[in-house]
Amino acid sequence: MAAPCPRTLGSFLAKFGACSSGLTAVSSQISRQVLIRRVGVSAALPGKNMAKGPERYSVEFIRKKVEEFDIGKRRLANMMGEDPETFTQEDVDRCITYLFPSGLFEKKARPLMKHPDEIFPKQKEAQWGKDGRPFHFLFYTGKPLYYSLMHETYGKIMALEAYQDRLRDKQLFDKDFKRISAGTSRWVNQHEFHALLLENISPQDYSYFIQLMERLLAMPYSALEEEFVLRYRQQLEVQSMKERAPPLQQDHRGVAFSTAQGRRKSATSSVVLRDGGSGRVTINGKEMIEYFSVLQDREQLMFPFQFTGMLGRFDLECTVDGGGRSGQAGALRLAISLALLSFLPEGERELMRQAGLLTPDPRVRERDKPGQAGARKKFTWTKR
Amino acid sequence: MATRAFAKGLLGLRQSRGLFVGHPCGRLHFSTAASVEVSHPQVDSVTEDMLKNPDFFNLSELFSLKDLFNARVHLGHKKGCRHRFMEPYLYGCRLDQDIIDLNQTMEHLQLALNFTAHIVYRGGIVLFVSRRRQFSHLVETTAKSCGEYAHTRFWQGGILTNANIQFRADVRLPDLIIFISTLNNVFEQHVAIRDAAKMGIPTVGVVDSNCNPNLITYPIPGNDDTPVAMELYCDLFKTTIIRAKDKRKQMEMVERQTISAKTS
Repeated sequence: MAAPCPRTLGSFLAKFGACSSGLTAVSSQISRQVLIRRVGVSAALPGKNMAKGPERYSVEFIRKKVEEFDIGKRRLANMMGEDPETFTQEDVDRCITYLFPSGLFEKKARPLMKHPDEIFPKQKEAQWGKDGRPFHFLFYTGKPLYYSLMHETYGKIMALEAYQDRLRDKQLFDKDFKRISAGTSRWVNQHEFHALLLENISPQDYSYFIQLMERLLAMPYSALEEEFVLRYRQQLEVQSMKERAPPLQQDHRGVAFSTAQGRRKSATSSVVLRDGGSGRVTINGKEMIEYFSVLQDREQLMFPFQFTGMLGRFDLECTVDGGGRSGQAGALRLAISLALLSFLPEGERELMRQAGLLTPDPRVRERDKPGQAGARKKFTWTKR
Repeated sequence: MATRAFAKGLLGLRQSRGLFVGHPCGRLHFSTAASVEVSHPQVDSVTEDMLKNPDFFNLSELFSLKDLFNARVHLGHKKGCRHRFMEPYLYGCRLDQDIIDLNQTMEHLQLALNFTAHIVYRGGIVLFVSRRRQFSHLVETTAKSCGEYAHTRFWQGGILTNANIQFRADVRLPDLIIFISTLNNVFEQHVAIRDAAKMGIPTVGVVDSNCNPNLITYPIPGNDDTPVAMELYCDLFKTTIIRAKDKRKQMEMVERQTISAKTS
């Protein structure tokens, strides 16, 4: 479907009119600037004639559109009685939804007024000059940026090997030379690689690139090319425990304490962990021995303390509701672990996370299904 | 065929002035049809002298038979790999290994380099092609350093024959393709040789004893496996291209000076 031109919106407005004649005049001017977006255009689509290739917008055309957009934005601001200098895109969107209320469900089909760079897809700039000679020396391969990257990487590998040979000749080769730390980062994945190069990268191309980079990384003196390598590595996000740890509070006697909640199956619990205690545990007003008569449940409660080595240090005041014996024990364990975070240093927090103490257990009881005895159990199978 | 392609290659260039297509190309004579008047554009004497000179850019000083021998250009493959059409270019066979005749190589190399220089002098696009992975980096570096183009990667089918669709309708194709090695990774003839012949693009190529020199406009019989030999070829082509470009700049400057002297 070809781009519906702004005329349609303008003619619509002219037919039904706006509140005042002045408004009609201005809004018809605005309507010229309101560019109805082509749905689903992220890459350049072919125009009416498929054989001609994707639609090309000249630099002049885009420049004119940008001018029109800027003028239209100022007119809109003046019309709505706002300051044209501080008129942001959000204000533009707000005014357009006010002036042209649309009942359409598809948001992309509603009238919009955006910067031409967001509407007209970005295209590659001209690949050759006036004499027809391409700018890039690998133009005729079809993927100049990708292959020039491979060329550059291989060149760096060769240069490093030559450098290492020279050092070996002078007996200055040091096998303990600083290496690039690879533990905290990963290679860019295929989508990110495509976004970097904006070319058609097949999975084989990507895997060849990664192989070449691994080869570069494995070399002894690869730290000399650290800046180049890190361009194609993404830092792994370390989940910070600081957000999840409850704040350390102090009561009127100066005793440090922290509060946390936990859930498991259908049981919810709340725990107050007080420092400087002797290991007393109260659950819903009762002693731990009384409430949890089974050893397994008491072990679950004590595990966070045993793991961090703080068994006799804290006093626990817990409330728990819902669920059964095991669910309540699990909920309490999670709450205790979270409350304990505020008393621990950073390194210990990571250990706790790796031990699985801070992960809420997502398992819940599976529903029974019709036509079956239970959630998974089927009725007896009969041949006839 | 060489001269026809030579003339065609020159006619295709934008920088070329009017050229005289010397040889009568038509072999068929129609008795009934009226002969069409073909106006041969007049070429000025300077260009004619340049084209008639067998070594206008003085390229024979760049290499000697001794250099070729030291670079092991004469070493071919074993006689089992010999291609029938390479037999005229072989000097002989020693201990089952084919030896390429370096006298012939010298002549062919001179022709090829001269042709390359003339193409580059007229602002032609040169494309270096090789599918040897060992020398891919060398060939690309050579092309980059002399301001020309290289293709040592996987050859997408329609680069030359379907260029209007793959690139853009107004793309300019290479005016000369230089094959540093004419075979691809499975020891078959590179597709670009056939495609260049289809598109009327002249080719220069180093042909080893297991290659087919048929479709190549200016074959250079020589070794395409030894690194020394490959470095020699790349160096020779690079020097030729740079020399031709410098000569062009020189001539343009002289022309501008003469024009400004005339007008003042």
